[in-house]
Amino acid sequence: MKLTALAGVLALGMAFAGSAVAQEKATIGVSIPAATHGWAGGMNFHAQQTIKALGERYDNLEFVLSTASDPSQQVSDIEDMMATRNIDALVVLPFESEPLTGPVQRVKEAGKWVTVVDRGLSQENIEDLYVAGDNTAFGRVSGEFFKQMLPDGGKIVVLRGIPTTIDNERVEAFQKAIEGSGIEILGMEHGNWNRDDAFEVMQDFLSKHAQIDAVWASDDDMAVGVLEAINQAGRQDEMWVLGGAGMKEMIKRVMDGDKIVPADVTYPPAMIGTAIELTALRFVSNVPVSGRFIIGSELITKDNAEQFYYPDSPF
Amino acid sequence: MTVDSATPTVPKQGFRIDFHVWGPVIALVALIALGAFLNPNFLSYGNVTNVLARSAFIGIIAVGMTFVITSGGLDLSVGSMAAFIAGVMIMIMNGLVPSMGVGWGVILVGMMVAIVVGLAAGLVNGLLITQARIEAFIVTLGTMGVFRSLITWLADGGTLSLDYGVREIYRPVYYGGLFGVAWPIIVFAAVAILGEIIMRKTPFGRHCAAIGSNEQVALYSAVHVNRVRLMTYILLGILVGIATIMYVPRLGSASSSTGVLWELEAIAAVIIGGTVLKGGFGRVWGTVVGVLILSLIGNILNLANLVSPYLNGAIQGVIIILAVVLQRQKKVER
Repeated sequence: MKLTALAGVLALGMAFAGSAVAQEKATIGVSIPAATHGWAGGMNFHAQQTIKALGERYDNLEFVLSTASDPSQQVSDIEDMMATRNIDALVVLPFESEPLTGPVQRVKEAGKWVTVVDRGLSQENIEDLYVAGDNTAFGRVSGEFFKQMLPDGGKIVVLRGIPTTIDNERVEAFQKAIEGSGIEILGMEHGNWNRDDAFEVMQDFLSKHAQIDAVWASDDDMAVGVLEAINQAGRQDEMWVLGGAGMKEMIKRVMDGDKIVPADVTYPPAMIGTAIELTALRFVSNVPVSGRFIIGSELITKDNAEQFYYPDSPF
Repeated sequence: MTVDSATPTVPKQGFRIDFHVWGPVIALVALIALGAFLNPNFLSYGNVTNVLARSAFIGIIAVGMTFVITSGGLDLSVGSMAAFIAGVMIMIMNGLVPSMGVGWGVILVGMMVAIVVGLAAGLVNGLLITQARIEAFIVTLGTMGVFRSLITWLADGGTLSLDYGVREIYRPVYYGGLFGVAWPIIVFAAVAILGEIIMRKTPFGRHCAAIGSNEQVALYSAVHVNRVRLMTYILLGILVGIATIMYVPRLGSASSSTGVLWELEAIAAVIIGGTVLKGGFGRVWGTVVGVLILSLIGNILNLANLVSPYLNGAIQGVIIILAVVLQRQKKVER
């Protein structure tokens, strides 16, 4: 009697999810930084979208999403998830590597599944799954594009993001890629991935340098500020701008063949969705999902822009 | 003539330079000399316009902040408030485009909205402080979080962008000007001059100083303490609205990163300018000098490549402290 019931349940489970382990209830905690800039906004959007879709697809999965505006709040969020929601897995995009390493390690030690997204922890081998963008490739692809556009060399200025390892990796890879090409970097300043800061930095670059052939804005939010400063100075015909990340407005301009925005380089905020999907697979199927999953940075040009254009995303 | 322009209650000190009065000006002149020495483009028309125009947002807000601080208050919410006003303004203008069409009509409505929302936000802060009798620090810390969350929510975590057509018509409000002087600079100058007159020549200005100096004495001297306090927060709210009117045409967008730390820059400018943080004494022209000092530091660091950009914040901090030390040195704080 009992056995047949179990078999029935199993059969049902297989019918719904096509998997033998599908009936186990599981709660997945997702902890991410709040939407404090454009990229993070896109990431929040994709996290919510993915959770909604997965919640409809799998009845046995439950999700807890929390957004933190600083590292210590994120630590508290994770502790709360462990204490009150009894999560089985944690998907975390650490605000900063150092302060989050200890708390995430304790989650792992409690026997939970841990997925780390984008920003690695400062200790190795804590996480079961690591999903990240490729900052080195981001810098390299950008640098190679500059080399291709300026075969005879030229004078460029660079806007950097918030001083972090992410920014350092990108800039180092960029500098390595343009080495020996005759491209001269006139100046590098931090625009902090912020439109207003980038606008002011670019205004000052324009006052300082009479000749600028191109700008590596390294981020689409910064590119918005940079483009406005160039417009104000009336120097649109002298230079072009390469941003990064794949903001929809910028991709639209690439798609339309705007001369001053010839290309863009991806660093998709939707990678949080990849991480949540893979973590969910751990609980609804038997496919192996542990390891490292690195999402490449691709060059977006007029020819392929359409496939990167998401008009509904806030980013 | 040097002394009576600012501190009529202090006995004259003869012909010695009064650092309390001239400290910020000396710091400003030194910065200008340094900038001109480091880069020949520093004094060019383009650069001077850039620096003055980008000072205008903080400057307009800081003039209002001078009144709040002089009367013994504080407002930490102004940066978030500016972001919130910018967001509401953009959403309403975008919403009106289908019915009103693209034109100055929509922009004028947007400007009205900015002033009204600013006034309302200042009124909320002011009422909570004067009627609910909560510390200004706590009230405005709370509303700072509220406004910041509201703009994030309105923008759905992303960026609100102004309709392209409206933007093109609105642009000259930041980039255009009169006789070669950009509009933000003209508005900033007008606000500063009016502020200086109100502070020095009107009962309202004197009441602000009286309340900040000693609230009980002001009350017994028949000053409407609560009404004057409320007015300072409303005035500041309106000025935040005006600053936002100048800000929106610059990049045509608002997001949760708009106006971050503006409140601290505005407060720093007020204190650098010689207004006393505890209240009781304020001067608007000093605030203007303070704002210019803050923008010039960033500008010079960008133009000069003096130090690693990682150290920009440290240089800024040192100069802010020096500017204040210079003026406090010769004078025992009241």
